[in-house]
Amino acid sequence: MSFIRLEPRGQASKTMVYATPLLAVALTLLSGFILFMAMGFDPLKALYSFFVAPLTSVRGLGELVVKATPLVLCAVGLAIGFRANVWNIGAEGQLTLGAITGGGLALAFYGEGGWWLLPLMVIGGAIGGAVWAAVPAYLRLRFNASEILTSLMLNYVALLLLNYLVHGPFRDPDGFAFPESRLFEADATLPILWAGTRVHLGALFALMAVAGGWLLIARTFIGFQIKVIGLTPAAAGYAGFDQKRIVWLTLLLSGALAGIAGMGEIAGPIGQITASISPGYGYTAIIVAFLGRLHPVGILLAALLMALSFIGGEAAQIAMGLPKAITGVFQGMLLFFLLASDVLIRYRVRFGARRVAA
Amino acid sequence: MNDLALIGPILAAMFAAATPLLFAALGELVVEKSGVLNLGVEGMMLVGAVCGFAVTVQTGSATAGFLVAALAGAATASLFAVLTLFLLANQVATGLALTLFGVGLSALIGQGFVGIPLDGLPKLYIPGLTDLPVVGQALFGQDIMVYLAVAAVPLVHLFLYRTRAGLVLRAVGENHTAAHALGYKVLRIRFLAVLFGGAMAGLGGAFLSMDYTPMWAENMTSGRGWIALALVVFATWKPARAMLGAWLFGGVTILQLHVQGLGIDVPSQLLSMLPYLATVLVLVLISRDVARIRLNAPACLGKLFHPDA
Repeated sequence: MSFIRLEPRGQASKTMVYATPLLAVALTLLSGFILFMAMGFDPLKALYSFFVAPLTSVRGLGELVVKATPLVLCAVGLAIGFRANVWNIGAEGQLTLGAITGGGLALAFYGEGGWWLLPLMVIGGAIGGAVWAAVPAYLRLRFNASEILTSLMLNYVALLLLNYLVHGPFRDPDGFAFPESRLFEADATLPILWAGTRVHLGALFALMAVAGGWLLIARTFIGFQIKVIGLTPAAAGYAGFDQKRIVWLTLLLSGALAGIAGMGEIAGPIGQITASISPGYGYTAIIVAFLGRLHPVGILLAALLMALSFIGGEAAQIAMGLPKAITGVFQGMLLFFLLASDVLIRYRVRFGARRVAA
Repeated sequence: MNDLALIGPILAAMFAAATPLLFAALGELVVEKSGVLNLGVEGMMLVGAVCGFAVTVQTGSATAGFLVAALAGAATASLFAVLTLFLLANQVATGLALTLFGVGLSALIGQGFVGIPLDGLPKLYIPGLTDLPVVGQALFGQDIMVYLAVAAVPLVHLFLYRTRAGLVLRAVGENHTAAHALGYKVLRIRFLAVLFGGAMAGLGGAFLSMDYTPMWAENMTSGRGWIALALVVFATWKPARAMLGAWLFGGVTILQLHVQGLGIDVPSQLLSMLPYLATVLVLVLISRDVARIRLNAPACLGKLFHPDA
């Protein structure tokens, strides 16, 4: 073709698997520098207030963990599905359902709670998310409908359902018609783990999800089946792996984890059910999953980085008047650069004309 | 109010509501016919919507607005094209990235334009015809973009099935290896198809912001890009069926607005779920016929192509 060519590598490069996320982050920062300059801000100052300043206080570090918690929970589940070519992009809706069912329990037992209420809410949230994810699973297996489109459509349905509930049945009876539920009682609120911050028990759930996700993928036969189905579906067929079971499992699992994330938001930092419980965690979790190389530990690191983009966006908005939408631009750019540089894993870039084989 | 008097405005509103879907679905249909699955329609629509709106506000020219919207949509699509075609990135992941990026970018561009009203496009008026009862306003009282979207249906059909270029594009989508062996430039053809898809999505988005609403708000497409993707499956990759699908969804969108007007007491949020639930239902009904999908779907849809491999 031309002077720049891609030459397939004999084997995927291990180095590049770890190097390309860093390359993508570097390219995103560079683009951010140019973007800030073009918008007339001092780029160094803007990048500092976006990516460094939030980390200089205990409160900021705490917020980092608070925002990373739902991202980890959602992304670990999504990544397991992505590995098996199950494209659940409905984590936002499953998170919302988890908040509705988990929070609904908190309201149902308002004034008569006990130690058992929180565990019940966790289970309720997980079931809510799993049920919401079961719909695309059933529709894919029974009717061959693309889970990408069905799970995404259900995101909108879930948000509208939440909106209806906080305007109607869930609305605080003493709340002057604001679209919010009552504030949860102590029995229905996740305990704070780190005094002086908002870091709550959900962070522990997230760590458990990382460990559990790693165990499932790396140490179980089901994890092996998931990997084979993702890499070569035909081979999985010959091996007699039950692909339907894997679709069910990955969707239910990711739905349950997203549901717990949603329950954690309303029982943690928010403390009640409101119309907006997520700034798009379910969508950002898709980026987190890819950036973390679909590996639970990678996801943990990636989630912290993306959490930084959320609080950095807020901090930069306050400090410099930067528009909040920058967060979304950074997140999208990061995924773009990652997908672009991933070509280096399986291909070498060669310069000069192609050598003609003798 | 008598029911017949309602039907005219409902029909007219249905065609208008179908227009952004029709633009986006026709564009994506051509993209998919070339063997590429671009899930970034929502993002491209949003970028088109905000760019068209901004240009119209600043120049006062709707023509300039729509032109820029098409260009902006195509430019956004070119990111996807470079990544998936030349850097061999996964199409599903890249399409998702394009949507996430488009949501953020459009919000960033549009932050100075929230709350500014626009006039919308002038409506056609033909004395006599436009005044016809029931169908007059729907058929002869729309603005030019509604007619352009409908006109694009036979044009896309003729291009795909009656021109050499269309034949080559379909060949590339069915079997890129064979098309490559015959000497066709697979990547170049797909690149152009993706650009066309982006331009059409941009027009669809701009119709929403400049004409249908007409104002800019963050995330204003609210899933229409995804519905357009579902429409392509619903249409089994046939332009005329995509139009039927768009009208159907235009109808569902309008229905939700009018049900309350008819005095049926359902919370508005539950009614707003209708288009999304209808999309799921329609997908299920079409997809369950596996043989039909397999027969009509481009065989290389979503598969990567590397000329040296």
